[in-house]
Amino acid sequence: MIIFMQLRVNVTEFCIDFNCMKIPSSLLGFFNEIGAASRFVSRYFQEVVQPRYEVKQFIKQCFLIGYRSLPLIGITGFIMGLVLTMQLRPTLIAYGVVSKLPVMVSLAIVREIGPVISALIFAGKISSSMGAELGSMKVTEQIDAMEVSGTNPFKYLVVTRVLAATLMLPVLSVLSDAIGLYGSYLGVNIRDHTSLSLYFFEVFNTLKFGDVLPAIIKTFFFGFAIGIIGCYKGYNSSKGTEGVGRAANSAVVISSLMVFIIDLITVQITDVLGLN
Amino acid sequence: MAVTDTYSPDDSTAENVVIRIAHLRKQFGTRVVLNDFNVDLHKGESLVVLGRSGSGKSVLIKCIIGLLKPDGGDIFVLGKNIADMEHAEMDQLRSRIGFLFQSNALYDSMTIRENLEFPMRHHLRNLSNSEVNDMVMKTLADVGLAHTVDMMPSELSGGMQKRVALARSLILHPEIMLYDEPTTGLDPVTGREISTLITEVQKKYSTSSIIISHDMHCVKMTGDKIAVLIEGKCYALGTYEELERSTDHNVKQFFE
Repeated sequence: MIIFMQLRVNVTEFCIDFNCMKIPSSLLGFFNEIGAASRFVSRYFQEVVQPRYEVKQFIKQCFLIGYRSLPLIGITGFIMGLVLTMQLRPTLIAYGVVSKLPVMVSLAIVREIGPVISALIFAGKISSSMGAELGSMKVTEQIDAMEVSGTNPFKYLVVTRVLAATLMLPVLSVLSDAIGLYGSYLGVNIRDHTSLSLYFFEVFNTLKFGDVLPAIIKTFFFGFAIGIIGCYKGYNSSKGTEGVGRAANSAVVISSLMVFIIDLITVQITDVLGLN
Repeated sequence: MAVTDTYSPDDSTAENVVIRIAHLRKQFGTRVVLNDFNVDLHKGESLVVLGRSGSGKSVLIKCIIGLLKPDGGDIFVLGKNIADMEHAEMDQLRSRIGFLFQSNALYDSMTIRENLEFPMRHHLRNLSNSEVNDMVMKTLADVGLAHTVDMMPSELSGGMQKRVALARSLILHPEIMLYDEPTTGLDPVTGREISTLITEVQKKYSTSSIIISHDMHCVKMTGDKIAVLIEGKCYALGTYEELERSTDHNVKQFFE
């Protein structure tokens, strides 16, 4: 964080001292953005531990973010399980290992597809709504009104939302995995016949601690990234309604990209730790 | 205007000064908005700051409430220099100041009741639910909108939203009220109603006020004293009648 804070200062000096070098303004803008985002994140970690805690607002955000995202993430998980099963089946038949279908599908869903698809859906729904809502509050001076009334708007609006997103995405991801596996069971039963207990016996027999835990842990990081990016974009939006639209749009794009980057990093870490 | 770091006990008017702005300077990039701006607001007084669009009127009151940080000069509010204040101290001071935003800034995801309760949740935590409800209903009744208590802001007209925003800023019984263009965007009739309401609540709540406006009807109705803001400075200061008689072209143009 400190490095980034210093970087911003240095970038400003760099512009003055080396103006003749024609540093692309987009590059300077990028580093300024990184610096501002780093300060925003560091402020989040300061505010999250300091009283007073906005418990009521946090619970409300958990409801709005978690419960209201459940239908979308559930449907997506179900379709994901069903389609994956139907797509894999011919290939596995060709290799004579169709009995391994529950093994393959459960590993794919629990380890990778479930968390990532849930996070992407979550980013599309939650990050954009945070960006738009906070952006709209910013341009209509509602955030200023909160500050004037003695409420810390950062704590009330940002901390509660980011915390709720961080805690709700893992829950949604687990539910999505379960619904996806049920969709897979139905997919198996379209052409073949197997009982629910036998199917899930195969699934749980396959999954190990090292498959489930890293997948759940990474969803906390996904949730945090999605929440903080949505709030950062909204909280710092400007230029009226155009700025609100831009905040919502860039919140989705950047948080979706961050999901893949975090996924890449966590895969490398689990690989190093021998959990793959 | 003589300015010191603290009030001088010998200053005969100091005890009545609720806001003292001394050599205030604020700039955005290279654009200087306020430059050596000086003015005093006395207890019970209503000061209108008159100026053209973009002249820095809103910047001035945002500096007073601490939403913007001045680049130079001092602002004493109720005897304290806001530049020296800690965050908690500033919050306490803000409970004694009401702020009516130009855009009303009502929380559009909350009902009118929740909007009015919001400032109380921080400053009046010890009140019972019935006491909070009584305060909300009484303040809404003062602006003639008690029947809207369970409505959403989007269900109200612009004039009604302005009244609710005024009620919200009055709920903590502030000693000072800051109005940012209270009649902008309203039709002339509603604008007059709001101006009348401002004068009524000023009497009822005994507030000292700074009103930012370029609506001359509002200026005439609400202002005891008028400060004309030109090129970042307090160019002229006087009563409406005094300034109306002014032969200075810069002042005269507002009254034509």
